[in-house]
Amino acid sequence: MNASDARAAVLAAIDEVAPDVDTGTIDTGSRLRQDLELDSLDFLRLLEILTESTGVDTREDDYPGLVTVQQLIDHVAARG
Amino acid sequence: MGEFLMPSLGADMEHGKVTEWLVAPGDYVHRGDLIAEVDTEKTVMEIETFQEGVVAEFLVDVGETVPVGTPIARITGTPADVAPVAGAHPPELHATPPVRRLAHELHVDLSEVGGTGKDGAITRADVKAAARAGAPHEASDTEPVPPVPPAPVPHEEARRVRSSPRARRMAEHLGLDPAAIEGTGPGGAVTAEDVRRADAAGSAPTASERAPEASAPTSPSGAEPEPEASAPAPSAEPTTPAERLAELHRAVGALMARSKREIPHYYLSTTIDLGAATEWMRQANEGRPVSARLVPTALLLAAAARAAKQVPDVNGFYVDGEYRPSTAVHLGVAVALRGGGLVAPAIHDADALSVDELMERLRDLVARARGGRLRRAEMADPTITVTNLGDLGVETIFGVIHPPQVALIGFGRVVERPVARDGLIGVRPTVVATLSADHRVSDGLAGSRLLARIDELLQEPEEL
Repeated sequence: MNASDARAAVLAAIDEVAPDVDTGTIDTGSRLRQDLELDSLDFLRLLEILTESTGVDTREDDYPGLVTVQQLIDHVAARG
Repeated sequence: MGEFLMPSLGADMEHGKVTEWLVAPGDYVHRGDLIAEVDTEKTVMEIETFQEGVVAEFLVDVGETVPVGTPIARITGTPADVAPVAGAHPPELHATPPVRRLAHELHVDLSEVGGTGKDGAITRADVKAAARAGAPHEASDTEPVPPVPPAPVPHEEARRVRSSPRARRMAEHLGLDPAAIEGTGPGGAVTAEDVRRADAAGSAPTASERAPEASAPTSPSGAEPEPEASAPAPSAEPTTPAERLAELHRAVGALMARSKREIPHYYLSTTIDLGAATEWMRQANEGRPVSARLVPTALLLAAAARAAKQVPDVNGFYVDGEYRPSTAVHLGVAVALRGGGLVAPAIHDADALSVDELMERLRDLVARARGGRLRRAEMADPTITVTNLGDLGVETIFGVIHPPQVALIGFGRVVERPVARDGLIGVRPTVVATLSADHRVSDGLAGSRLLARIDELLQEPEEL
């Protein structure tokens, strides 16, 4: 999957989990937990939505490397 | 029979606003059926009825804020009280719900009142005048609810149709003619099930089938409700998210201030090695789709609920100067709302659920708490609360007890720490578990037992 599709999929998923986050102006360096305040349940929901929309399956071992929005976009782009 | 009152959905609730009716006048409701959606200052939740009968009329408009204890609907069980219409329409009386409420309070039968308002609508003044003139009273409905409504005198047709007494009663309640119902019982008798089917075939969808949507108030146009002089004016409607948040903070603040004023808190803390639990969870999650994976919180909640079951002095309510332990563990889970604020709804009988079931309930509860669709019972009856700041939090949390509960368990973030075991130092995932408890009910020893039990349970995660 190319980077712009991955980005669109990730931002759409964030929109659904955290409707209060303005994904139009988001800095992709933002950290999912500390900056966007996603808790562990939100994070799971985010991965679930991405699995549905892109088919990308994320293993638990991948979690530590998924700190920022950009890392998540790269992860989806690499596997999608 | 029954007035349905605006319930108190928490110790700190003073007003509630009906945002949606989930039933229609004429609907037959059973105990536990959801009948309305109510907006408190904290959240929106669905409330259920504790009585069985027919919804006779609504006494408040959608969007109206009233004090706790205000009658908001009338539920009747005697056919005489029910609008004598087959189906779901109240008699065509031109009166807004607030006027109906006034009539109900003054025991005035609206069908006997002449309306002087626009298009013959009945105004508050008409009701008051009728009350002064001693207008016919509506059937008294203040007696306690009998467990089984008395069997009504059967209809002409009902006598010719074979039907069970229960089916006849039900048909009577629903305004259905038993003669018109196809019987599937012995000898073509009409059974209760037949009545239910006939009703379902010809009536409005029930609350559970109805899609959640904002419904517009359906009061007849006309009567302008006059300003209410006797009832306390509700606080101004919070409209913007900022105002809502301010309301929420005020509500939480009031409850916590009360807690700190009345409850002599004591605090305990212990560090728990989560090595075994984390490893067990990692293996459990391997090969599971994301939607079925566990988070550490589910394990912590499972251990907390089981431990609370075994230490009765931390699980229950302190009311009217005495402690009432609870045999059930309804685990309150503090949920942070996006944009700020906090609610702590309950997972019922959490001690009896498997970790997978708890995880499912946790996801559901958090989703509904944030989407604003909690149920009354979830808010009203947690017996002990757990607050878990998870990976957004700090290492240790010292919480404030939610009255009338007597304890609150706090879990900090899971952190890797050097741990000495059997004379060797290793790095292990750990969590600090704390207890805030009510010294009027328990002491440090009982509290220690609770935390020690949580620790033991987490060392054998496969047993949870």
